[in-house]
Order: sequence, then structure tokens, then C-alpha cells
Amino acid sequence: MISLLKIFITFFKMGVFTFGGGYAMLPILKSEAVDKYKWVSEEDLLNYYSIGQCTPGIIAVNAASFIGYKLRRIPGLIAATLGVIAPSVIIIILIALLLRQYMDNQYMQYAFGGIRVCVVALIINTVADMWRKGVKNVRDYIVFAVAVILLFAFDLSAILIVLLASGASFIPNIGSKKP
Amino acid sequence: MIYVLLCREFFKIGLFAVGGGLVTVPFLFDLSETYEWFSATELADMIAVSQSTPGPIGINMATYAGFQAAGIGGALAATLSEVLPSMIVVYFISHLLNKWAENRYVNSIFSGIRPAVMALILFAGWDIAKTSITDIKTLAILLVLTLLMHFYKKNAIFYIVISAIIGLLCKL
Repeated sequence: MISLLKIFITFFKMGVFTFGGGYAMLPILKSEAVDKYKWVSEEDLLNYYSIGQCTPGIIAVNAASFIGYKLRRIPGLIAATLGVIAPSVIIIILIALLLRQYMDNQYMQYAFGGIRVCVVALIINTVADMWRKGVKNVRDYIVFAVAVILLFAFDLSAILIVLLASGASFIPNIGSKKP
Repeated sequence: MIYVLLCREFFKIGLFAVGGGLVTVPFLFDLSETYEWFSATELADMIAVSQSTPGPIGINMATYAGFQAAGIGGALAATLSEVLPSMIVVYFISHLLNKWAENRYVNSIFSGIRPAVMALILFAGWDIAKTSITDIKTLAILLVLTLLMHFYKKNAIFYIVISAIIGLLCKL
């Protein structure tokens, strides 16, 4: 059985290295919880994000809570959630207390410039990876294409996209690569 | 008492902010008008700090706002109250997911949504790219990093550390 401390520390680490919000955390969740520890599958992770999009709360926290619950029920949920929020709380309090000039620090800005580029590369790579494993038939291509158009051209809200896509499950599968 | 007020207000935000961190901004703006905790200008600073520090943006902002209102105790009260509703909701949904794990319809709905979530993630990446890929240099680094990740699988944290160093060396 996975110890609660292990869950807390793993999510703490993920919290430290998440820059730029919930979606930016997905590559790290995938690399730690899916690839390294095999706590959940890639499908599970995407399901958590679909649900997280339509339920209250911060998406990254919701995803952490789901994984924690899957590992060790309620204690696991609490350990994962506290782990993922602890770095934020500590860092923000430190900044508010003593590092007001932190934002203007030139070297900090350079490092963040690099990290932001990295986050984009990580996201491209994660989606490409999930695409190879998860997109199986013509319906998936259509759902993806329609979602991209609605997002980029019409700026539709994420909740609407998820709700619309759930309707797509009623379209029969054609051209399945896998049974 | 301010802690009780903070708990109540941030529990409400956690409950009603559906769809991620930045959705909490309008709620925080309301707080800045209702209470004397922080001003709208300070809120703008908070958003900037939250986006360039580690951690989920929504959590960073709750901590910052709570701190502005009532110091370290306020930061803890605000952050914990904001995550409490989602912990409860996730608990109930996890329960249902376990029960319906084998249900054909539930699985088929999720498999229908998955490609759309990939589009959402890509769109979030695009948003970050707009502010970070600003010239030939950053574009070149993006290409190199993407190719490296593709051919040389390493853990995401490894690349984040490497790119912070690249950022310092190339003065991004």
C-alpha cells in the first residue's frame, strides 16, 4: 500500500514544478502519476480533467484529489490535496512577507521566461503522446477538430466544450482502429 | 471575526468557481469591493504574481488574498476553505465513478469527451505561448525542447529545471 507521506510528497513536488495553472500541470501529472508510479492510467487522467472542468474548484486540485482518492480513499484524497497546495501557500506567504521585489528581479524573470517556453513544449508533447494512444477513430478526429475550431475561432467556454463533446458519444463509432 | 468571514467567502468561491483558477478572478474582484481586504489594483498584482510562481493559479490567488486580508492565518483560512468544496465534490464523484466504472454508457461518454479535453489542453498551451513565444529565439528553443522531449523521454521536472537554466543563460 502506498503511504500517505509518499502521496503528500509526490504531489508537493508536482505543486512546486507547476507553472501557469491547471492545464500546465497535466504534463507533470502524466510524467509522475502515470508514467513513473503508474498510479492511474492516461484515460483516468483525461477523465478527471473532463470532470474537473465541469465541477467546482481548481482543476489541478480536483485532479490531485481524484488520484489521492483512488490510491487511499479519503485519507489519500486529503494527503494529495494538501500536498499540491502546500508549495503555493509557502511560496506565496514568503513572497508576501519578504520578497516584494521578487517580481522585478531580472534573473527570476529570465528563468521564468525559459520555464514558460518549456511549459508550451511539455503541453505539445503530452497532447501528442495522448493522441497517439487515445485517438482511435474518425469520431475522435471530428470531436477534436470541432473543439479546436470552437475554441480558437469562437472562444467558447471550456464547460460548454465538454458538455457538447459528451453528446458526441451518441454518434456511432466508425473506422475504429481498435475493437 | 475576520477568519470566519474569510472561510465563508472563500468556501463560496471554491463552490461556485467552476472551470479553473482564473475563473476565481471576478469573485475576488467582488471581494475587493465588498471588504477592505485588498484593492482592485492589488488584485492585478496578485494575478501577476500567481501566474509567475509555482502552483495552481487559483490556489496562489487565494493564499495571496487571504494573506492581504489577515496575514498567515488568513492565507491558510482562505486556501483551505477554497479547496474544501472541491474535496467534497471529488469524494462523491469518485464514489460514483467506482460504481459506474463498468457502465457502457458512462465509458462511452468519457471516450467521446477525451479528444475535446486534448483540444482544451492545447488551447491552454496556446494561451501560454502567446506570452512566451515572442521572437525567433524563443521559437527555436521551443522547437528544440519539443524535439528533445519527443526523442529523449525524460521526466517533465527535468525539462523545467533545464529550461529555467536556458532562460537565465539566454536572458529570455
